[in-house]
Amino acid sequence: MHSETLPPEAEARLDAILADHLGMQGALLPVLHAVQAAFDHVPAAALPRIAAALNLSRAEVHGVMTFYHDFRDRPAGRRVIRLCRAEACQAMGAEALARDLQDRLGLDWHQTAADGSVTLEPVFCLGLCACAPAALVDGQPLGRVTAEGLARLAAGGRP
Amino acid sequence: MLKDQDRIFTNLYGMHDRSLAGARARGHWDGTAGILAQGRDWIIDQVKKSGLRGRGGAGFPTGLKWSFMPKASDGRPSYLVVNADESEPGTCKDREIMRHDPHTLIEGCLIASFAMGAHACYIYIRGEYIREREVLQAAIDEAYDAGLIGRNACGSGYAFDLYLHHGAGAYICGEETALLESLEGKKGMPRMKPPFPAGSGLYGCPTTVNNVESIAVVPTILRRGADWFAGFGRPNNAGTKLFGISGHVANPCVVEEAMSIPLRELLDRHCGGVRGGWKNLKAVIPGGSSVPLLTAAQCDDAIMDFDWLREQRSGLGTAAVIVMDQSTDVIKAIWRLSKFYKHESCGQCTPCREGTGWMMRVMDRLVRGEAEIEEIDMLLSVTKQVEGHTICALGDAAAWPIQGLIRAFRDEIEDRIKARKTGRVTAVAAE
Repeated sequence: MHSETLPPEAEARLDAILADHLGMQGALLPVLHAVQAAFDHVPAAALPRIAAALNLSRAEVHGVMTFYHDFRDRPAGRRVIRLCRAEACQAMGAEALARDLQDRLGLDWHQTAADGSVTLEPVFCLGLCACAPAALVDGQPLGRVTAEGLARLAAGGRP
Repeated sequence: MLKDQDRIFTNLYGMHDRSLAGARARGHWDGTAGILAQGRDWIIDQVKKSGLRGRGGAGFPTGLKWSFMPKASDGRPSYLVVNADESEPGTCKDREIMRHDPHTLIEGCLIASFAMGAHACYIYIRGEYIREREVLQAAIDEAYDAGLIGRNACGSGYAFDLYLHHGAGAYICGEETALLESLEGKKGMPRMKPPFPAGSGLYGCPTTVNNVESIAVVPTILRRGADWFAGFGRPNNAGTKLFGISGHVANPCVVEEAMSIPLRELLDRHCGGVRGGWKNLKAVIPGGSSVPLLTAAQCDDAIMDFDWLREQRSGLGTAAVIVMDQSTDVIKAIWRLSKFYKHESCGQCTPCREGTGWMMRVMDRLVRGEAEIEEIDMLLSVTKQVEGHTICALGDAAAWPIQGLIRAFRDEIEDRIKARKTGRVTAVAAE
């Protein structure tokens, strides 16, 4: 586990988030969502502070944070491309799309480009099965994506 | 074919106004206070009479489930939890309700909560649903502002609060007890049953967990009458149902149809038929990734309802129909599902944690044909040892598609193994 500490301004933001959720039942997931929204990831240094505020053990907080795929322990690239890998999309050629994009970027799943430009993540079913293959780009769902379209998006083009 | 006037979800495709004003114009929130005034027992009785079975996959009668909730509180509050963690690959029906017709769900939440004496209801929506979350939250705010929910819901004097909770990308949280754990802020690991949620659920209080569609159809059932709803479909399979069709059809779509519609009619009428014609059909997964597939021969006279598909050793599940034509490598398709379940196993029970990995690794070799013929039976025996030996149904869900594959396509698996052994290059379709 990292023993690094948060910078003071980050600590203040974290405390503000925690203050917002005090007294809420089952607050851990909403807190983690808020922290990820604020910092783009959940810094390891934030976990002990969250644990103390919610009266949980560090192990519990670490367990929950690592259980859910949506929480990251390091910052993502400036653009996050999540490709749907589920059945309907596969039937419509998602596998070839994924290979093409991986080759183009030289990235495997969950990796971020060295220049921090793009992160590639798999996702299982975006519920866009009727317009497969689907992707989620910076939180925006896209249907019927193409290899060319993905390449453009990975290069920073607008969705 | 279902007539337009019999559709419950009249804005499924987002062609009309999804705001409160639009929903009211389409007849939602009409006389809700009057429905509540009929009393809890009347509502539960009507839902029982309508024959509504849970739309989340298991098909448990909804009215019966509601009647398990305590009639009088022992000091603990009761809760309704709506399962909007729609994560089954191929399933995309609840999202259409939430983003285009959200008021059907909100009105349903009020009525169902009232029927169970719950003053608070949680909707657990999966993390991947971004737009749906925004739309649903906006609709909840609208309903609060209009006094439809809140301290004096619809002027009935009943206090009702509705909360929207976001998931964080774990498929297992669609299992009802895992969902409750997740709502409490823990890891989404399913609980042992009993105690069932109706006895001890969220925070140890009586809780009912229902699917989005099960709740969203209730207001219309109560307005139009249980007999109207019970008039669709074969006996014991009543009502209208959202079908989500994806894969190799001309027009994949989500459509509301009467239960017990023949599969062929469903595909031909609403989806423009199978790509390359009916003869080009290879297999259909009729109810989302966790049910065994149907072969083309079974599809010829397949009827889309709980009982017929159960008789065929498959299931209606979430009615997410995944169509695969002759170009599909069906072994690889099922391998993909195995990979999915391995990825999503929460790791709590050993048979599932280890078994999903074993199954995936054997499937991996079957896809390439690098296996012995005997291993097919070994794989089948592994699936039998996972099935029924886990706390929740994820173990079963991982085992069933493989069992279905071996039942239906054993020849194809054997051919591939033999071809590999003799060194012949077979024509394996890419995808």
